[in-house]
Amino acid sequence: MEKTLKIIVLVKHVPDAQFDRHLNGEGYTTDRDESILSELDEYALEAALQLAEARGGSKAGNQVIALSMGPAGAVNSVKKSLQMGATEGVHLTDDALAGSDAAATSLALSAAVRYLGQDAPVDLIITGMASTDGETSLVPAQLAERLGLPQVTFASSLEVDGGRLVARRDADTSSETVEAALPALVSVTDQINEPRYPNFKGIIAAKRKSITTLSLADIGVDPAQVGHAGSWTTVTNAEERPPRTAGTIITDEGDAGIKLVDFLAAQKLL
Amino acid sequence: MAKVLVFIDNPGNSLKKSSLELLTLARSLGESVVALNGELHNDVAAAFGEYGVSAVLRPSAQDLDDYLVAPKAAYLAAAAQSTGATTVLLDNSPEGKEIAARLGIRLNAGVITDVVGVEADGTAHKSVLAGSYNTACKTTTPVSVLTLKANNVVPEPAAAPSTPETVTVDVPVGSTEAAARITAREQKVASGRPDLTDARIVVAGGRGLDGDFGPVEELADALGAAVGASRAATDAGWISHDAQVGQTGKTVSPQLYISAGISGAIQQKAGMQTAKVIVAVNKDAESPVFEIADFGIVGDLFDVLPQATAEIKKRKG
Repeated sequence: MEKTLKIIVLVKHVPDAQFDRHLNGEGYTTDRDESILSELDEYALEAALQLAEARGGSKAGNQVIALSMGPAGAVNSVKKSLQMGATEGVHLTDDALAGSDAAATSLALSAAVRYLGQDAPVDLIITGMASTDGETSLVPAQLAERLGLPQVTFASSLEVDGGRLVARRDADTSSETVEAALPALVSVTDQINEPRYPNFKGIIAAKRKSITTLSLADIGVDPAQVGHAGSWTTVTNAEERPPRTAGTIITDEGDAGIKLVDFLAAQKLL
Repeated sequence: MAKVLVFIDNPGNSLKKSSLELLTLARSLGESVVALNGELHNDVAAAFGEYGVSAVLRPSAQDLDDYLVAPKAAYLAAAAQSTGATTVLLDNSPEGKEIAARLGIRLNAGVITDVVGVEADGTAHKSVLAGSYNTACKTTTPVSVLTLKANNVVPEPAAAPSTPETVTVDVPVGSTEAAARITAREQKVASGRPDLTDARIVVAGGRGLDGDFGPVEELADALGAAVGASRAATDAGWISHDAQVGQTGKTVSPQLYISAGISGAIQQKAGMQTAKVIVAVNKDAESPVFEIADFGIVGDLFDVLPQATAEIKKRKG
């Protein structure tokens, strides 16, 4: 039997991109009404669940901990993760966290990971390839740097064997095979697996699983180091882009290809 | 004068346009210094002089390419500290952003990605939430780390060329220890088309192609364009995942985006709505893509695209 794994999956509660999304208030923070579990994080959770199940699942002592940092509503993303099969849920929430940039977010998450590793060390942190709101992809790399861990980002396959992991990364011009010693941080792409839907059994089982709520005091972070105050970047202005408007629409009468080229020529795009 | 450090990773025989853009922006902000990784060929060294670079730093270690990100960030942090640079500029590739991320933690410096312009006072401009907002941001730290999106600065050599000095920077001991090692690398077959993220023109296809990207590729080649695709098309396996434009793929802002057989739901729109001109071809007049298209054609793409391709070839002679 392979060694059991303790995996933390970072899950983010993001505004649903099906609706218009907005920045609000003095610090231009993201409006998080109408939020959902980031679709890209479901791939991270699925990757963790598959690694745990291959080692006998929770019965054998494998842990998949879904960790979300965010306001009260973010607990819904933790619940969804438990329904999909995470063994434990952790919600890091504190009013002082509002407006945190990537540096402040990675600081708080690194403290939470250390806190969760107190009893037994964490083997693996898995994240999605990006958040679908901030889209900077900075947090996984910054978290790895703060924890002194190797990072393997954009993994399209992931295997763990003993104390090492092997992953495949696909870039535009090349594919790479990458190895790292555990503990490590991995971000996975949407090519790695097909995330499961929570089934009825999973939804019932999730009701019996506990969600731990952590504050900054619990993880030993000074509120001045996070939020707007502790961030290293600040948004000084934000303007909504004027929405695009429809231009000329024609129906093909046998010469639309020519008309297309006429349009490109008029726009000096040929 | 403030020093601006520009990271240039493995330029090969000549500098890419995006590297020239970084050097041009750097010069507008202060004295530019290059932190190079990889070989320094004559043409590249000459270009550094033409762009007014005062010094070229090179790492003491030659094995940075064997690892992912972390040792490059360690090298760059050492380079920034040794030169006293207050701004570090990198390209906006996924690796550029990750190096910037780790560098930011090492230097206690704020990181701003996806930058399209920087003012003299350090204010950076970028768009967020899939192009729905334009924002101005600043770092609050003594050092700033910025990643610049391609095609936003016009490359311009310096009025007075320079003769850069070469300096070796010691890569901190142990910086490869906590790093993932690349054990194998396969080059993919080059398409010969421009890079999707930097292309001036993108022709993209979706569900309406029904598995046949031929008409899209032929139009792209007639225009010298990159080929993109919707998620439906990449998920169906009709084209490589690298070609996906949208929320779960690449974000592009070309001069011209031609969308063929793509309905234009939010997932796709998120990746292309900052294109300067959008042309859409779709059979369904109700497709959301027509709401944002500058020129829309309701029709069969298997008629319209080949006709346009033939007409372009005719006009270009």
